[in-house]
Amino acid sequence: MPTFVYMTSCDGCGYCVDVCPSDIMHIDTTYRRAYNIEPNMCWECYSCVKACPQHAIDCRGYADFAPLGHSVRVRREEEKATISWRIRFRDGREKNFVSPIRTTPWGSIKAPSEYPEPTAAAMNSQELAHEPEALKIGALPALKRDQLKQGLV
Amino acid sequence: MAGRKTVFVDADILVVGGGMGGCGATYESRYWGRDLKIVCVEKANIERSGAVAQGLYAINCYMGMHWNENQPEDHVRYARNDLMGLVREDLGYDIARHVDSTVHKFEEWGLPIMRDPATGRYQREGKWQIMIHGESYKPIVAEAARKAATKVYNRIMVTHLLTDKARPNRVAGAVGFNVRTGDFYVFRAKAVIVAAGGASHIFKPRAVGEGMGRTWYAPWSSASAYALPILVGAKMTQMENRIVLTRFKDGYGPVGAYFLHLKTYTENAYGQNYEAFWRDSIEALVGDYVNHHPVPTCLRNHALLEEVKAGRGPIRMVTKEAFQDPHKETVGWENFLGMTIGQAVVWASQNIDPKEINPELTTSEPYVMGSHATCSGAWASGPEDYAPAEYQWGYNRMMTVEGLFGAGDTIGGTAHKFSSGSFTEGRIAAKAAVKYVKDLANERPQISEAEYEGLKKIIYQPLETYEVGRNEIVAGTVSPSYILPIHGLQRLEKIMDEYVGGISAYYTTNEPLLRRGIELLGMLKEDLAHLAAENLHQLQRAWELQHRVLASESVAQHTLFRTETRWPGYYYRADYPKLDDKDWHCFTLSRYDRVSGKWEMEKAPVYHIID
Repeated sequence: MPTFVYMTSCDGCGYCVDVCPSDIMHIDTTYRRAYNIEPNMCWECYSCVKACPQHAIDCRGYADFAPLGHSVRVRREEEKATISWRIRFRDGREKNFVSPIRTTPWGSIKAPSEYPEPTAAAMNSQELAHEPEALKIGALPALKRDQLKQGLV
Repeated sequence: MAGRKTVFVDADILVVGGGMGGCGATYESRYWGRDLKIVCVEKANIERSGAVAQGLYAINCYMGMHWNENQPEDHVRYARNDLMGLVREDLGYDIARHVDSTVHKFEEWGLPIMRDPATGRYQREGKWQIMIHGESYKPIVAEAARKAATKVYNRIMVTHLLTDKARPNRVAGAVGFNVRTGDFYVFRAKAVIVAAGGASHIFKPRAVGEGMGRTWYAPWSSASAYALPILVGAKMTQMENRIVLTRFKDGYGPVGAYFLHLKTYTENAYGQNYEAFWRDSIEALVGDYVNHHPVPTCLRNHALLEEVKAGRGPIRMVTKEAFQDPHKETVGWENFLGMTIGQAVVWASQNIDPKEINPELTTSEPYVMGSHATCSGAWASGPEDYAPAEYQWGYNRMMTVEGLFGAGDTIGGTAHKFSSGSFTEGRIAAKAAVKYVKDLANERPQISEAEYEGLKKIIYQPLETYEVGRNEIVAGTVSPSYILPIHGLQRLEKIMDEYVGGISAYYTTNEPLLRRGIELLGMLKEDLAHLAAENLHQLQRAWELQHRVLASESVAQHTLFRTETRWPGYYYRADYPKLDDKDWHCFTLSRYDRVSGKWEMEKAPVYHIID
């Protein structure tokens, strides 16, 4: 939709600038607050909305097909590992949804270098990291060389 | 350009693009290459970059081998059938046999995967899809990549690959610029893995105003996946195989969960099932392919298009029945909130509650990419243990340029890999790249100062063009001396739309249209020398446009070469309206010569699992 920023809520922290995948959230040099510099390159991905500590960013549906009066608000809470949505229709009806976002603590992923170093035999096999254990089957499947042939099926 | 700082970065393995494929490549590179310098470079921020930036509600490629749900062969047959017979089965099998280990790691890392309460297995949405609460899918995967990389460089747009001074068919690194500081970056690497994005915004989108950003594929998917390898002469395959998506109108909200899990179905404006009505006429075009199960995606598009052309639109998804079930209603909404929030916005704005109204569907503008139900991309070497000789010239996922690997949207022939398969392909490419680097021992490719200095000048030229040209005019955007990136983008989209089979032509083209389109693309390419950028953000847009134009030219050339209509519903060659297995049961390959600007086309054989 494109995003927009409320003047009174934004403190110019720049989190949205840092995260925007489209590079369209920038700081206005006069007001020292963020704004969407290129609404027609906004995917409505909400990355900036979710990242804003002040909840200063909102979206207004694209003018070329979305009538006014709606809102889709979000609160992403990493410490609670949930995301909460409130959808408000043009006619005032509301729907609320809450979903989990992660089952483990943030930062808890084990780096690949923390696993035992792979052997030369593993390097020369077709197995990838953590295989075959992570496949949860005995061995990595393979085709036989003569199984791939030219022709119609 | 004088005054711009040049930063040199040395790497053993350079990963270009930090989306799903790039994060997989970065992770796996470290696992096998403990002592290597592994660098990932991304034009945005890997925390939220690539096609999965806003999350996903399903993982569409998971075998479930340990529950004996599917085997890799089954997935190969499925993808082959959906793509009307033409996929690289060696590559597809390779992804399918590894993908379960990827998904199991995602779950261990903290991705919430739904479980079927009755069986305890992952909750299936369809035969291949599992349902997830994937709002943080990308941040989780990015965390794994950050822990693996020697360094992640965010906000650097890679514009060109570099080749070895003495051996032009050997990759040696890449160059780009920092979108924030403007510094010029020269990456020197022993191996490069391109895991950049496919192409949105090469065909005119249905919304051309403020809503032009609400494309199906992300607007930041700017065809770097193709332009980077094309520019160094890598062979490309199936670039004609663009994809058109049937989606909820305007928001392009996904329909997979609706069809597969919620069991909703489509009907025309008068409540009729139209797909059966078009069956016989489709058979006349493509033969037995229409009888395959599931019916190929393109053919279902075709039936919808014919129905709309016959004046019985709009086509609607019948949701009213399913949405009476509160669980299904929740799934229906959360499906959008998890991956296409804009669709929820459209419905809220237009008071569309699918419990009461059956929402409209439409077909999107075409996209070129390599990871969804389509398989454009680079021609790559197959797995060592079983790939046919013609598909194998060294290391797995190495392109036809030495030391250059790819994953995700970049690699052609491997449809239906989606997020999990792209990450997996990154892992496959990375292990091969580590092996390649170790086999090289101390040999390091040499970059040419003349080459990167020349590129530095070209890369920053749009800033200078603007600086000089803007003084010629009072104000505004109209100049006789330059065009802005948005001007070039809109011209590109119009050419592709009208001549190469976009929405306004009902996806139809022919040889005269293609030849004229290629002529106009040639003039656009010339005009790109006069692109002007007001600031670094616009400079990024300028280079995204350069990548899109080159990829588009490749699409037009491939479409011209394949004289049949292989995928009705994706596009039509009106001069060759039928599928032609006699002459075209093959891959199309192209190679671009950046000096002459010429494209060389050839055919390559298709190998099937025939048992």
